[in-house]
Amino acid sequence: MSSTEAIINLRGIRFAYPKRPEVLKGLDFLVGPETRVGVIGSNGSGKSTLLSVIMGLIKPQAGVVEILGKPRSKEADFKEVRPLLGFVFQDANDQLFCPTVADDVAFGPLNLGKTRAEAKEIVAETLAGLGLEDFADRIAYDLSGGEKKLVALATALALRPKILILDEPTTFLDVSAVSKLQAIVSKLDLPMIIVSHDFPFLDTVVTSRLRMEDGRLHPA
Amino acid sequence: MGFGETRTGNGFLAGIDPRIKLCVLVIWSFVLALATGFPGAFAGLAGSLALAILSGPEKPLAFAWRLLSINLFLLFIWLVLPFSMPGERIWSLGPLTLTREGVLLSARLSVQAVGITMAAMAITTTTSVFQLMAAARSMGAPAKLTAMMGLMTRYVTVIKDEFDRLVWAMKIRGFKASTSLHCLRSFANLAGVLLVRGLDRGERVYAAMLCRGYKGRFYFSLERQVNRTDIITLVAFLAMATAVSIINVIHRSHY
Repeated sequence: MSSTEAIINLRGIRFAYPKRPEVLKGLDFLVGPETRVGVIGSNGSGKSTLLSVIMGLIKPQAGVVEILGKPRSKEADFKEVRPLLGFVFQDANDQLFCPTVADDVAFGPLNLGKTRAEAKEIVAETLAGLGLEDFADRIAYDLSGGEKKLVALATALALRPKILILDEPTTFLDVSAVSKLQAIVSKLDLPMIIVSHDFPFLDTVVTSRLRMEDGRLHPA
Repeated sequence: MGFGETRTGNGFLAGIDPRIKLCVLVIWSFVLALATGFPGAFAGLAGSLALAILSGPEKPLAFAWRLLSINLFLLFIWLVLPFSMPGERIWSLGPLTLTREGVLLSARLSVQAVGITMAAMAITTTTSVFQLMAAARSMGAPAKLTAMMGLMTRYVTVIKDEFDRLVWAMKIRGFKASTSLHCLRSFANLAGVLLVRGLDRGERVYAAMLCRGYKGRFYFSLERQVNRTDIITLVAFLAMATAVSIINVIHRSHY
């Protein structure tokens, strides 16, 4: 894979939170259109920090963030690409902020300038794709943890992203919810980065694993 | 009826355009607040009762209970006003003197407060939060205010869950509420942690919104037009508001 067709290409990323030791120490990360990678590593090793750097939610102190073929450093650069990186947060409560499921799934497409009617179509299509047709009018706080996670996934997929990025997708989920999520995610035809400790889950949905250690990614 | 759930009325008002309902509520609040005597206040209360009936509460008892709990603050008025208004003495307790004027004023204020909150409940229980936000926006309410309203209704349950978990964590370590300094300090810690977690949560929610292309505005749509029923309702309501205002002007009193 050449770096020109890379979706995400990080080079020499260094990052430290204020008054804390460096968490990312010259990290390199190349994600191509075929990549389905699981990122593992102990707590505090910098996995979530890595995702925040990719999404432009924090700015690295050194290194180059290249997304979809262009270096991205300013907020405006990231504004452009964020919706193309379907990011699903660890806690679905952070992601679902609208009263109803349909409102929440429509939020992204509307931000991208779609009309009401187009957004409605995308909502129906996305929910149907995940087997959540009956969810449109359900109310966010009425959903179970597993249902919330699937709806959060729907909100990301409604953006029609080029890649899916999941942060600890199976935390807070029971066994049946995990297997449902597993079945859905493994069928998605998208490159993906999944940060997780759940090895059985990773085994079925990703094709390679990397371990975060000493502020860099190592084959695992 | 769940905590944070607002839409529980399925009556006539549920089918009325949210903009019309918001208009009605604003006008009605002024009409009731400006009542200067009992006739006007009671006429207003009767109007609010009509609105409440038109809202068709699923569980009238729950509606009444909520109304009562919202109006608990009236207790403070009753604790202070009857004893602090100068006027004709009814009863004395030590240095405190209960006056006729004080009691009457407290009673009138109570009628007005119950009337306004009842009308507000009739409107909010028949309109979804998004509809309310959209209506407020289309009538010129600031974007920040409407966004705050929507986020608040969504996250009040999440924060309540967090609060419950923290209280349980205190209880399983043998915490009992008392008037000791230890207890007060623990409650202060609890409030502090809730505040910090709320702030963290706010940051994460905002980040999640940015990740979905949020550019500082919400795209609301009411997906409905004002129809003939809406107009008739508004006209009927305006007639009622005018009638109560006329009563207000005719029957002025000092309390």
